[in-house]
Amino acid sequence: MGLLAALPWHAAFAGPPDSLTLAIPLEPPGLDPTAGAAAAIREVTYANLFQGLTRIDAQGRVIPDLAKSWTVSPDGLTYTFDLQTGVTFSDGTPFDCSIVQFSYGRAMAPDSVNAQKQLFAPIDKISCPSPAQAVITLKAATSTFLYDMAWGDAVMVAPKSAATNKTHPVGTGPFMLSRWVPGDRIELVRNPHYWGPAPKLASVTFRIIPDPAAATAALLSGAIDAYPDFPAPETVPKFQHDPRFTVAIGTTEGKVIMALNEAHKPFDDVRVRRALAYAIDRKSIVEAAYSGLGQVIGSHYTPNDPGYVDLADTYPYDPARAKSLLKAAGVKPGFTFTIMLPPPSYAQRAGQLIAAYLSQVGINAKLESVEWAKWLSQVFTQTDYDATVIAHVEARDLDIYARPHYYFNYHSPKYDALYAQYIAATDPATQTTLVQQLQRQLAEDEPNIFLFALPKIGIWRAGLQGMWTNDPMPVDDVTGVSWAK
Amino acid sequence: MTGYLLRRFGSLVASLVFASLVVFIVLQILPGDPALVILGPDARPDTLAALRHQLGLDLPVWLRYLHWAGGILTGDFGRSTAYDAPVATLILQRVAVTVPLAVMAMLLSALLAIPLGVWAASRRGAVDGGIMSVTQIGIAIPDFWLGLLLILLFAVHFALLPAGGFPGWWHSVGGSIRALVLPMIALAIPQAAILTRVTRGAVLDVGVRDFLRTARAKGMAESAILWRHAVPNALIPVTTLMGLQFSFLLAGTIIIENVFTLPGLGSLLFQAIGQRDLVLVQDLVLLFAGLVILINFLVDVLNAVLDPRLAARQA
Repeated sequence: MGLLAALPWHAAFAGPPDSLTLAIPLEPPGLDPTAGAAAAIREVTYANLFQGLTRIDAQGRVIPDLAKSWTVSPDGLTYTFDLQTGVTFSDGTPFDCSIVQFSYGRAMAPDSVNAQKQLFAPIDKISCPSPAQAVITLKAATSTFLYDMAWGDAVMVAPKSAATNKTHPVGTGPFMLSRWVPGDRIELVRNPHYWGPAPKLASVTFRIIPDPAAATAALLSGAIDAYPDFPAPETVPKFQHDPRFTVAIGTTEGKVIMALNEAHKPFDDVRVRRALAYAIDRKSIVEAAYSGLGQVIGSHYTPNDPGYVDLADTYPYDPARAKSLLKAAGVKPGFTFTIMLPPPSYAQRAGQLIAAYLSQVGINAKLESVEWAKWLSQVFTQTDYDATVIAHVEARDLDIYARPHYYFNYHSPKYDALYAQYIAATDPATQTTLVQQLQRQLAEDEPNIFLFALPKIGIWRAGLQGMWTNDPMPVDDVTGVSWAK
Repeated sequence: MTGYLLRRFGSLVASLVFASLVVFIVLQILPGDPALVILGPDARPDTLAALRHQLGLDLPVWLRYLHWAGGILTGDFGRSTAYDAPVATLILQRVAVTVPLAVMAMLLSALLAIPLGVWAASRRGAVDGGIMSVTQIGIAIPDFWLGLLLILLFAVHFALLPAGGFPGWWHSVGGSIRALVLPMIALAIPQAAILTRVTRGAVLDVGVRDFLRTARAKGMAESAILWRHAVPNALIPVTTLMGLQFSFLLAGTIIIENVFTLPGLGSLLFQAIGQRDLVLVQDLVLLFAGLVILINFLVDVLNAVLDPRLAARQA
């Protein structure tokens, strides 16, 4: 692609000033955010098509959405939501408290196929004192409840359209689906029934462009206006030097880690895990895997999140120390294990560099590439693996280290106790103290080698305003986007 | 001839049944759970079980095979789990991209290659050497790289043609044709290079046969010898190769589809395997197997017409 910079500019940007064409890397398997985990579903639907009681804004704060306000009882068990009135779905179905009962009831039902069913586990019952008020009682105080209900999986759906949302999504959002060309594009238009202020954009087209070179060409030729999560970090400097584009390097919730299977010896020994952390220069991993655009992390938490503690220097690069720790743990030089690498290029590149660093301390890491479906079955479900490089993209997912049979097989009664306190805490100060203790505990135990936070590389035409520069959730909310006059 | 065709048709059907069994068994052995792929790492066991039930994955293997194979016999290709749409509709949408692209690329390739190959064979020396060097480059260039060059030149630099994407025939016929021009060229050139060499070799091969010596001896003009005797007799390896190339253009264009972000059959199969969209994968593999078998069958029939001895020998 070295040729690109040398070429003069001839491509004319077309398109009316109230339309936007943006690209995403993968096509969503259906447009029902309550029936699938693929990030692409929420990239298209979140805030644009579907809305929940609460939502996340560009800064990651929980703000009102279909609930205009709420109160929480002092014991943290009862949430009273005052609902927006005059809201209808894009097919005209009115929204009220019965929709809240239906949507959450459907997500909790025995035959539910909601990918995040555990978000609804704390709910005991939902009552409707009036159509404009929903009272939700919890089984136990859950400090993350308002945040949890802002997930794309907790949106409001209507009984009439719930079953067909996958192909004909009907939500309360400011846009609605106008056309879907499978494999190529999804077109949204303004929802005439929208209850709030109309969005500035009249139409939004999501193009599906997985190939990094094709993505670069699409931006340069003017075929797309924006690529909010640009897949070719190595071509970023070209766009940064081009006044026709805005390049925004932001943060995401993605934590790239080398997960270790503590059920496989010698990874049950904390000295071995620390040795691996000392053996790897994570700055150069970011350089190789993401052109240096990510931030090194030292725990399972990103700088985006409330209460972040910078623990990146817990295990500085120190191969001598790594060797002595390995010796103390009885790991002989020539010890061999396998790192499973899923398809994303950051995993492939990071894996190769990690293997090179480990060979410096006498460890022989074999690399095995696996596709996503096999990764889910073999690594995640059957935990039949030694190590793997993977990004955990869910926000603030400290709970996974407290789950009893999660795939890294990390068990720490101390961590579990801290997590239970954190989730039950009702005042923000205690929450912050506890969330910091949780991060420190993970850094100390180093169940996985924490590598770096995935950056969000946003590239769009200069003059486009209101695009999210950070990804507090992996979504493409375009409700506030407009062109500068 | 009729007996020959009937036996070829019988083996066509047997191959399809065999292919359906193989693809079904391979997908059973392949690690990966469709429900897990759809619901992701956070899904709870009860949710996974509910989805498996909804998708019919909790039924015995043999029953699922019978459901699928029986459905196909009655014209029901099943539903895609990822798109929640009938597979037949999805495949037809992609066929509308892939088949015109493959036909156009094949035509362009043949239009370039057959005259060039014949010309090279009839004029040895500088012309031949020149054409052979060019085809050597054509074979060495990977089609995706050629595709990228074409995009840089015609889409980014001159802004004449789109860099990728496909608006859909219903939406814009002109736009759809324009979208296929660059991928057609990128696919056709490496194929044309191979076809040129094979055409040249076939014509030269025929050129030393006895019947051409006889034609020359009776004083026939060289051009008449070439077009009336040499070329028709050289066609069999050419049509056989074109059959193989056409099969490749229908099923093997996934990389070009990626470069030009075209929603074709190749990318549909790739995506379906990744998402463990089992019925869609099964149908697509069966379709590809059927197409390859059908094209081979048609090439055999064509060759039997071109050279009646072939059918006679096997009768």
